Amino acid sequence: MSWLRPARGPDPNSFRTIRYDLLKELTVALGVVSVLVLILAGALSSPDVKPDTIQRWAQDDPVDFVTTATGELAGSSVSAQYGPPYNSGSGSVQSLGPLHPQEWAGVHQHVDSVNQFVLDPLNKAAASNATLTSALATFAAAKADQQTSWLDAYTAALANATAQDGAVVVPAGDYGPVDPMMKALLAVARSGGLDGLLLSGGGTFYQTDYTSPLLFLGDGGHLSGLAKDQMLFGNQWGVMNETGRYPGQAWLWLYTLWYQIPPYNTASNADLLVVLTMGVLSLALLLVPFIPGLRDIPRWIPIHRLIWRRFYAEERARRR
Amino acid sequence: MDAPAPYFHWGFIEISLPNLVVIGVMLLLFVLALVLPFPGHADGNARDRDRQ
Amino acid sequence: MSTPPGSVPGDTGSSGRTEPAPPKQESGGWTGAVAGWLERRLPIGKLLPTRQPYYIGSWVYVFGVVTIAALIWVVLSGVVLTFFGPQWWHVSSIGHFINSLHFWSVQLFFIFMVLHLWGQYWAAGWRDGRAPTWMVGVVIFLISIVTAFTGYISQQNLDAQWIAVNAKDAINSVGVGAFFNPLNFGQMYGLHVMLLPIAITLLVVLHVVQVRMRGVVAPLGAADAHLPDGVREARPS
Repeated sequence: MSWLRPARGPDPNSFRTIRYDLLKELTVALGVVSVLVLILAGALSSPDVKPDTIQRWAQDDPVDFVTTATGELAGSSVSAQYGPPYNSGSGSVQSLGPLHPQEWAGVHQHVDSVNQFVLDPLNKAAASNATLTSALATFAAAKADQQTSWLDAYTAALANATAQDGAVVVPAGDYGPVDPMMKALLAVARSGGLDGLLLSGGGTFYQTDYTSPLLFLGDGGHLSGLAKDQMLFGNQWGVMNETGRYPGQAWLWLYTLWYQIPPYNTASNADLLVVLTMGVLSLALLLVPFIPGLRDIPRWIPIHRLIWRRFYAEERARRR
Repeated sequence: MDAPAPYFHWGFIEISLPNLVVIGVMLLLFVLALVLPFPGHADGNARDRDRQ
Repeated sequence: MSTPPGSVPGDTGSSGRTEPAPPKQESGGWTGAVAGWLERRLPIGKLLPTRQPYYIGSWVYVFGVVTIAALIWVVLSGVVLTFFGPQWWHVSSIGHFINSLHFWSVQLFFIFMVLHLWGQYWAAGWRDGRAPTWMVGVVIFLISIVTAFTGYISQQNLDAQWIAVNAKDAINSVGVGAFFNPLNFGQMYGLHVMLLPIAITLLVVLHVVQVRMRGVVAPLGAADAHLPDGVREARPS
């Protein structure tokens, strides 16, 4: 008899039995749960906060919108520099020692922020707009370092930009065609056109993949502002939370706990660390029957004496 | 129900009232399940005791 | 007449109808082997027993069946939501109510499943060859978490957007983002309404069959009822 395979206990069939109706038990359980579910649903309803849209973003915070769009065109946004699975950047690539699973998996959802988020929608919007067509032609014809110089200057100017009547006003400077391009993109966004253009960017009629619009939305501050108001931020234990007064995902408490404490809370590869930690703990939970110590805690802390107290009392009485 | 929930802070822990209620109810249900007597064949009726 | 009419094969009974004798069962071949295995390991009296060992008299034992009851509500409400499409509950008040049923039955499902896990842990329910039962249970728990995740992402509201945009980083960090894209609604929705519920249902059926096959584990430290009083097995499991 090894530590792997403890001696067997008695066969359940060797004990005195009582009548027990399993199907009646299931029916009673179903009845109780039905009442609970109907009362909870009827009295408390369920949360449904409207989704954010690029249109709302552009209307509520045009400066943030234009700043983000400029970052996409400049290739400096989080999405533009992300790395696998979206592109060959490295801004959001996580690794741990010799483990580089994100890079090993490779690029599979191709995201090109410059064209997908800015130039393609603008080219479509330029169909009836001669000024925009000309600005786009100027931008396309310019050398890469000229484009960079315009974009850098515009980005710096945006730090002092203001919103006036839905337009973004930047201090004067040499931005080339970038300012009219961004003004046009803002107008498309405010009209609601950009939401659709990003979704069907590839010219597909049917679409269920929201990678483009969600990455673009996520790069800005509007979506995260709404999330913060609803206490959904990571450092607000947001993984566990739900909008409004509804219970969230309490079962994710341990997953999100790691993000709040050292060394996870300051690590640049925090996600990888947490997922690996939870992977190890899940494996341990799976293998409890085989882990000495972990499988013996129920013996050491005898909560089972409460579960089976009638049984133990009868056994004691029987032996007297 | 769409108004923001109250939140509680203890050190690095931050939890919403609804989540706290869920966890509290779970602990309560578990303790009750341990201590409340189970109805029915309490000491087994005589007929059952003799029957295997 | 001591036996009812028609109960003996070939007996015509008072109505004149004959109950044909069942064909002779072979033990060889694939079908015979499986049928024989089922007869030995899971006869109908084990699958649907009418008696239980007397030590199951504790409320801790109801958490499993209540979890199943909650799961039934999750699936039924989910089926209705699927039938009318993912937009329905945003525009219809009946749809919103069905979504509320789905929301709260999921909450109850996780509450009771975790209570069931606590109960089985403190009872060391994996003893006496029941480790596979415990392991299937843990797998159900883990798959349920993934199922809930795909469900939250399929809501098509602010919560869904935020969860997707943030979860992608953790999923990408381990390389899983290459083939599991939380920003891809079609993929997440398809996994949520079909593949994952099928997996959970099959595993729950397996879990229940495992419990029925082995019976409810004896209390910790219980002596064999057939052994003389005071004699305990060499090392209680």
